[in-house]
Amino acid sequence: MTRPDMSVEIAGIKMRNPVMTASGTFGYGAEFVGYLDLESIGAMVSKGLSLKPKAGNPTPRIVETPGGMLNAIGLQNVGVDAFINQKLPYLKDVDTPVIVNLYGNTLEEYGEVAARLDGQPGVAGIEVNISCPNVMQGGIVFGTDPQAAQEVVRLVRNNTSKPMIVKLSPNVTDVVLMAKACADAGADALSLINTLTGMAIDLDKRRPVLANVTGGLSGPAIKPVALRMVWQVAKAVKLPLIGIGGIMNARDALEFILAGATAIQVGTASFLDPGAAQQIARGMEAYLAEKGIPSIASMIGALEV
Amino acid sequence: MQFKSMVLSNVEVSPGYFRMRMTAPQELLESSPGQFLMLKVVDAIDPLLRRPFGLFDVGTFAPEYAGCGTQCYTEILYKVVGKGTKMLSALHHGDLVDLLTPLGKGFAAGPAGEEKVLVGGGIGLAPLYYLAKDLVMKGEKVRLFAGGRNRDDILCITEFERLGVETYVSTDDGTLGERGLVTQVLEQHLGSGMRIFACGPTPMLKAVALMAQSHGVPCQVSMEAGMACGVGACLGCVLKGANHTDETPDYRCVCKDGPVFDSFELQWS
Repeated sequence: MTRPDMSVEIAGIKMRNPVMTASGTFGYGAEFVGYLDLESIGAMVSKGLSLKPKAGNPTPRIVETPGGMLNAIGLQNVGVDAFINQKLPYLKDVDTPVIVNLYGNTLEEYGEVAARLDGQPGVAGIEVNISCPNVMQGGIVFGTDPQAAQEVVRLVRNNTSKPMIVKLSPNVTDVVLMAKACADAGADALSLINTLTGMAIDLDKRRPVLANVTGGLSGPAIKPVALRMVWQVAKAVKLPLIGIGGIMNARDALEFILAGATAIQVGTASFLDPGAAQQIARGMEAYLAEKGIPSIASMIGALEV
Repeated sequence: MQFKSMVLSNVEVSPGYFRMRMTAPQELLESSPGQFLMLKVVDAIDPLLRRPFGLFDVGTFAPEYAGCGTQCYTEILYKVVGKGTKMLSALHHGDLVDLLTPLGKGFAAGPAGEEKVLVGGGIGLAPLYYLAKDLVMKGEKVRLFAGGRNRDDILCITEFERLGVETYVSTDDGTLGERGLVTQVLEQHLGSGMRIFACGPTPMLKAVALMAQSHGVPCQVSMEAGMACGVGACLGCVLKGANHTDETPDYRCVCKDGPVFDSFELQWS
């Protein structure tokens, strides 16, 4: 029997399968060598990069919650120049597309970071983070206001020739409105969802557990919300979608494909099991083979309502 | 590496403290004292994350049944503090857990002939046993300073003594050993030609680090932090490096850059 065709394409980025790693959960890739084969997954997404290195938030930065975890890392990263000089050369030898997640503390920084990455042949595409909930001056404003989001997306569009994915925040009243705004402004694809803002309280100490007070909720607890949002956006927007949110196994991943996602990202699961992305890719293929489904493409948006 | 491991024993060695032995592949014999493991206590989403534990011991034993070669094992010593460790304490011989190990950077033994001084507070004794065993095997002279709030916090002292380690015990309430802090006892014995290896609560480590620095004694500390991944990806477990400022951030991951650090690598203020 022939193997099912697992390949997908997002805005010109060809991937051997729909499994990507979610930004902020896979370091810069090299951390996971030895736990998985980087050439077994569809694409890697880097930690979110800013113009200058970013220290991140004070600790505690993470706390476990039922079926999930809250994080308030605060976008700690080495900065775009250090990424290009220190991290990217290693990834150039890996035959898997590298997508760079980026954000700006100001509108101008978004454009500047995108411009610096534009000439880098090792960068297959960029993912614009307009939705990280933990940085007061940055993301959240852009991620929750359709006009501000459009401004960011337009500016980045003017500074890059790379395929541009925009990562959406779930912390909005109407995710479809945000999706349409980003599509109109020139996004090539949308990824959703980022974390849901939440908090945890230490009852006995009468204090928030996280130093940042609030953090972003991820893990299986948010999967139903993510599925709903992917499904809603898929019905309203023609762009390819990347589904993210609590994907722990191949079945979870395939549910997102049915809901309308062309690809998916594995996030928190990589913390539990550094080989999770590879196992999920393998499991998805096994499911298609078992059911006699010839290609993953035939399952995209094939939900029967 | 990642592997499924079978629980061999899981015994309460002191009220609220357990010592668990698990099977491990032979490769774990190459691990260093101070390295740690990440344990998934149950194949379910609550508790979701793995739990980090310092390697208390690694070794081999001959199974009682015939026809088998020696089997490698690892042990952890843990305190029941929450849901994960409570579930862990209920495991029995034959139960399976999922392990990622050996992780992180362990202790550097230092030149031979020095006096190796181990300082442990409460559950901080855990990685020091593996270290003591390793140092004794290398023929080093080893002393242990163990402290806790009360006698229940002084763990596995006989095991250290059986290795031939000279032990000094102190408790806050005087129920075992000297009354007072482990650092007070340590200070009376500090001198040149020593090297300190410490693990325990952060205030204790800070006191030991500053004391060592003022006496000119090299000191390594094993730090603890909440972490999700154990491989340097989540950035949840960071500590400030000695030269960290907001403008020039220097964060160190406990999981990857540590858990063992030279005391001068970290910011103690």
